[in-house]
Amino acid sequence: MSYNSDSSVQEIQEVHIHRDDFGSKMGMWLFLFTEILLFGGLFILYAGYRFIYSEGFAAAATELDVLLGTINTVILLTSSLTVVLAIVALQKENKKLSLFFLWVTVICGLIFLVNKYFEWGAKFHHGVYPKGPALQNMSEGEVMYFGLYFVMTGLHGLHIVVGLIFIGYVMRQIQKDVITSSNFQKLENSGLYWHLVDIIWIFLFPLFYLIH
Amino acid sequence: MENNHHTEEQNDGHIAEAHHPSYGINILVWIGLLSLTAITVAVAGINLGSLALTVALVIALVKSMFVINFFMHLKFDNKVFKIFLGICMITFIVVMILTFFDLTFRI
Repeated sequence: MSYNSDSSVQEIQEVHIHRDDFGSKMGMWLFLFTEILLFGGLFILYAGYRFIYSEGFAAAATELDVLLGTINTVILLTSSLTVVLAIVALQKENKKLSLFFLWVTVICGLIFLVNKYFEWGAKFHHGVYPKGPALQNMSEGEVMYFGLYFVMTGLHGLHIVVGLIFIGYVMRQIQKDVITSSNFQKLENSGLYWHLVDIIWIFLFPLFYLIH
Repeated sequence: MENNHHTEEQNDGHIAEAHHPSYGINILVWIGLLSLTAITVAVAGINLGSLALTVALVIALVKSMFVINFFMHLKFDNKVFKIFLGICMITFIVVMILTFFDLTFRI
């Protein structure tokens, strides 16, 4: 008897592949909340040390390039827009346009990482890196600032890399017509992830670049 | 899930048509976000003293509300996600306040 019911269940599954978009989306949001709390812990750490070392933080922040930070902000905001436009395009059954928008997102993400590479590279060149020679002549507050700067922008950069891989995977699935105008929750989920990474940058930018 | 079988069958558990997709509103939100970025950079040049951090954070909060509501579709989505986000933010704020109690009153 139990064998029979098992096989009938299997048969049904073969005919009707179960899909739960709502559950998928909820899973993604729950994951995003753990991400918020992960970065949240670092933001609280930042707040605490900025409270203690407000002068050191202000002094260290002047060494960051506001223009480069602003450019990266614009790049990320634009990449977020193109993810949403890719979802709209797919909903309107325009697969090519959807893929085009996702390409723009990927290129924006890569430009962001290249800018970060030059930014970090310049810092390393001047001896500003964890335990670097330039930190020996800095106050405790400045050392704390750069420690948090590298950890937080580094973790954020890692999230950009993961987001790019996620979007790349989604693009392949769109190409293969696995993700379609009636089945695009995966695209939506990759978008949710990308927007969260964007939101984190929205806070990192003023907190690290715009202190005077 | 068993109880919802009827509704499940009707929309098959799929939420493809959550709201009317439109390019325009998202482009408008993007322009808004760019303007707020310009404002926050411009304001940082002015010496606002202790207000500077508050202004920067308020602008960042407004920007993230735009991203969450429009780009992440929370405005058009099921209420449960808003409740989740609320709980998440309250947790964050409580831990933040407790940390500052410790920092301020530690001798």
